[in-house]
Order: sequence, then structure tokens, then C-alpha cells
Amino acid sequence: MASTGGTRPPRRSPMRVWPLVRVALGNGQLVVGAILLLVVLLIAVFAESLAPRAYDAMDLTNRLRAPGPGMLLGTDQFGRDTLSRIIYGSRIALRVGLIVVVIEGVLGVSLGLLAGYYGGLADRMISFLTDITWALPPIVLALAIVTVLGPGLNNVMIAIALVSWAGYARLIRSKAQGLKNMPFVEAARALGESDLSIMFRYILPNTFGLIVVVASLSLPGAILSTTALSFLGLGSQPPAPDWGVILSEGIRFLYDAPFLSIFPGLALVWTVLGFTLLGEGLRDILDPRMKA
Amino acid sequence: MLEYVARRLAMGVLTVLAVTVVLFLIMQLMPGDPIRLIADPDRIPPHQIEALRRQWGLDRPAHIQFIYWLVNIVRGDFGRSIVTGQEVRVLIATRMPFTLMLAVPALLLHYTLAVPLGLLAAIRSGSRLDRAIIVTTSALRTIPGFWLAILLMLVFAINLRWFPISGYQGPRSLVLPVLTLTLPMLGGTVRLTRAEVLETIREPFVLTAYAKGLTHNAVRLKHVLRNALIPVTVMFFLALPWLVGGSVIIENIFAWPGMGRLLWTAITNQDLPVVQGIIVIIAVLTVGANTIGDVISGMLDPRIRIELEEGR
Repeated sequence: MASTGGTRPPRRSPMRVWPLVRVALGNGQLVVGAILLLVVLLIAVFAESLAPRAYDAMDLTNRLRAPGPGMLLGTDQFGRDTLSRIIYGSRIALRVGLIVVVIEGVLGVSLGLLAGYYGGLADRMISFLTDITWALPPIVLALAIVTVLGPGLNNVMIAIALVSWAGYARLIRSKAQGLKNMPFVEAARALGESDLSIMFRYILPNTFGLIVVVASLSLPGAILSTTALSFLGLGSQPPAPDWGVILSEGIRFLYDAPFLSIFPGLALVWTVLGFTLLGEGLRDILDPRMKA
Repeated sequence: MLEYVARRLAMGVLTVLAVTVVLFLIMQLMPGDPIRLIADPDRIPPHQIEALRRQWGLDRPAHIQFIYWLVNIVRGDFGRSIVTGQEVRVLIATRMPFTLMLAVPALLLHYTLAVPLGLLAAIRSGSRLDRAIIVTTSALRTIPGFWLAILLMLVFAINLRWFPISGYQGPRSLVLPVLTLTLPMLGGTVRLTRAEVLETIREPFVLTAYAKGLTHNAVRLKHVLRNALIPVTVMFFLALPWLVGGSVIIENIFAWPGMGRLLWTAITNQDLPVVQGIIVIIAVLTVGANTIGDVISGMLDPRIRIELEEGR
């Protein structure tokens, strides 16, 4: 990361984008991940044109039909087209992942900046908050929060975000600790910039690479956790075409209609694999030291 | 060393205490008057409601209530289930063995598979075998546990009929849930073992060991493996609470009569005392495991101990 000693927050010049693209294309994981996700994204955007039917269109004469012509992935207990439901479900999966990562990112990055920049009491309090968050397995803490908030996709997204901000906070904290003594920060301070301005205009832009890496690495987990809670009946409620909901309904027909339990899972693995590969690729390019 | 252990223990107790405070606050935030859970205000006269309120200590300020609640928990009294009226302590005690019945074999199987695989990948680092191990175990990680459970059920319970599909019907019922808990987590430990072995090989003390004239195998086993396994040992303790957490989903799919299923039922019924009891137990378990992990890593590697003592 460049640390130009000046009075302005250091900016990355547009000239450096092209080498980055070339590096990105040379990273196999990143390319494969991006292609997988591009497919999901296109499906989500063009769901209306791609899906043969509406996700909640019932057809009681065609219940639990095996995959075949006309209904490529079969139908569920209400005769709803599984393919259409999976296609619309991609919208929920992408939206959920994005929203959760934005909430936990804003929370974790702000607290990490505060802890790293101020140190002292603020740092100790935020560290203690992190310790409490880590005193329970994330899924258990999320369940406790859902107990209070009540079931529903929005509440589940909040719960998942509330249990996973600590990872961001810890990384941003140590990065901010390193940055706050850099010459460009001292220069800003000497010019009378306020603490808030220094944190968000000088330090924050220099952590963007790290934030992108952490966010893309935690995206698959966010999607998996919310889908799992929807599967448990605590997140999206029927008839939403959430992949977790389709799976939890399908498991009741495991003997007669196993395809109901297979295809939504494949869609989920496809998406999660895409984000995982993308995240690991980005990490290798943007922050190779994080590689375990 | 003693001071280090004492400090870790104190931190652990403090963290658990903080968790209980948060839990109690959550309970206070819940909408509705808790007295309604005991008595219906429409049918019971107000003076009796007041008497009940006094009897249950609900007329006292929140912090006094908290202390009573905490003292009861320390004595092992978690109250009674709102739904069934059973003692939470008894409920947990009957379900816990079933959860451990899954978690302990899963943990053991996990390590008997992951450590040798990681070691093999490290020794053959860069080879096709190395890549195959890493790719396979990483791929397993992207499969969500609940879907893996469904797939295993389809293949081994429905098609092959080797194992029962769900419920507890003897030891054969253990196989599918234990596999579901074990397989997705393999990747992490394999990578950790591999990375640690590769890093330890580069340590100066390994060079010293070779310089002393020790054989290749002696160096690998006594110097490299022993040191590389320190973080792996720590992960062993950290993994147990994860397994208990993961059991919430797995136990639900396999209709397993353990604590995870109890927690899920309690959540859907808004049975707060049961939810709190289970969460306190899991918190104690998690913090305890973290503390043991830290103490062990401190005992095994003096460098970590010094770093932690100076860090705080």
C-alpha cells in the first residue's frame, strides 16, 4: 500500500488498474470463482425471463413429478416448478450475502478503527466485546438473537451480522494501529484534521484492500448460515423460494422425490464455491500475507 | 507459569460472567410481563398476582434479580421449562449425553484423519498427492453440513439401507451424523497441520537437530511433528464447542435427541429458561475449552507464553 507523505489522503491513481486486471486474470481461482458467480448473477438478474413459471405457481395435478421434459428439475408437493424456485432463490441468496456482509463490515470496520486509532480504554472495551462474541459458537449466538428478535429473514440477517463483525474488527484494529503513526497521518494531525476525519479519510482508504479480502472471504459463510437458519424454519418463511426453505420442505419427501433435496443444494454449493474461490483469489492478490 | 494459568482462568470467568449479563439483559428486553408465563392475569385476582410477583422476586430491581438468577445458576438451578414444567437441569442432563455421543467420536475421527493427511501433504509438499489432499478437503468445506446430511441419508440410508435414516436406534445410528459433523471440518485442520509442519521445518532448531547428526526420521518425529502439533492440539480444544454448536442443525435433521434439538425446540416455543440454560452451558464449555487451549499452548511452547504475558 502506497504511503505518500502529503496533506491529502493518498489516492490510488487509475494507472494502476490495468496491471491489477492482468494479475487477476492470471489467478486461476479468481477467474473460476468469478465465472461461477457471473452465472449466478445473470440468473438472478434475468430470473423473470429464465424461469419457466412463477416461483409460487401451484399445479396440483402435477405434484412431486420427477424431472423430465417440461419440468426439468421436477415439481414439489404443491406442483411448483423446482427449477423456477431455484432460479428465483438465487436472488435471495445474493441479497442475503451482500446485506449481511455490509452490516457486519460497517460494524466491524468502525469498531476496529476506533479500537486501533484510540487504543487505551476504547481498545480494551472493544476487545472485551470481541471476547464475549467469541464465547459462543456463532450459530448458537445467532440462535439466541433470533429467539429475542423472532423468526424472519431480516432478523436472521441481523443476527448473523451481529455474530460475525469481530473478525473484521480485529484485523482493521491491527492495521489501524500500524497506520496511525505513518507520516501522512501525522501530517494530517499537524494540519489540525479532526480524529474522525483522520480515521475515515486517511486511515480507512488504506484498509480497503484488507476489507475487500475479509468481506469476500466471509460472504460464503454469511450465505451458508442464513440458509441454514432458513432450513431450520427460523429465516425465510414459505412460500419464499429460499434454497434453505426448499431443502427443508424437500426433506419430507426424501423417498418419493429425492431430486427436491439435491438440486437446491447444488445451487447453494455452486454459489458458495464461487464466492470462496473469488475470496481466496482476491486474498492472494491483495494481501498475500494473510494466506494461511 | 502459575500466574499465567491464573490470569487465563480469571479472564475466562470474567467472560462467562459477561455472557450471563448479556443473556439476562436479553431476557429483560423480551416483550411481555414474565408473570404472565406463570399466571393468567385475566383469571387471577390482582392481589394474588402481586403475591406471586413477590414470591418469584419479580418486584425487586433488575440488578437484584440478576444476582438471584446468577446465584441459582452457580448452584446448578436453571429454573423450569415454561412449556413442560420440567427442571431445565434435568432436561439438559438427559440430552447432553446424546450430544456428546456425536461430538466426541466426531472429534476423534476428525483428528485421526486430518493430522496424518496434513502431515502427508506437507512431506510430499508440491506433489500431486499434496494437491489432491488439499483440493478434496477444501471442496468438502464448501458443502453445507445440512445438505451433506441429506446426501448421506439418500445414499446410505435410503438407497443402500446400510444405516438408519434418523433417530437413535443403537450404535449404527451414530455413523451418518458423525460423518456429517466430521467431513466439512477436515479441510481446516489438514491445512493447519500442513502449514505448521512446513513452517517448523524451516525453524533454526531443526537445522540444529540435523547438525547434531540425528537421522531424518528422528528429526521429523521428535522435532518437527512435536512442535508443529502445538497449534493443532489447541484447535482440538477449540473445536469441541463448534461441534456442539453445529449439532443444533445436524441433530434436527437426524431427529437426534440431543441438546441441539432441545435448543431448537425451546427457541421455536420461546421457552426462555431452557434457551438460557443451554446457552450458559455452551458458553462455559466454549470459554473453558479456549482457556485450556491457551494454557496448553503456553505449556508446550514457551514463546507463546511469553508473548501472551507481555501482550496483556
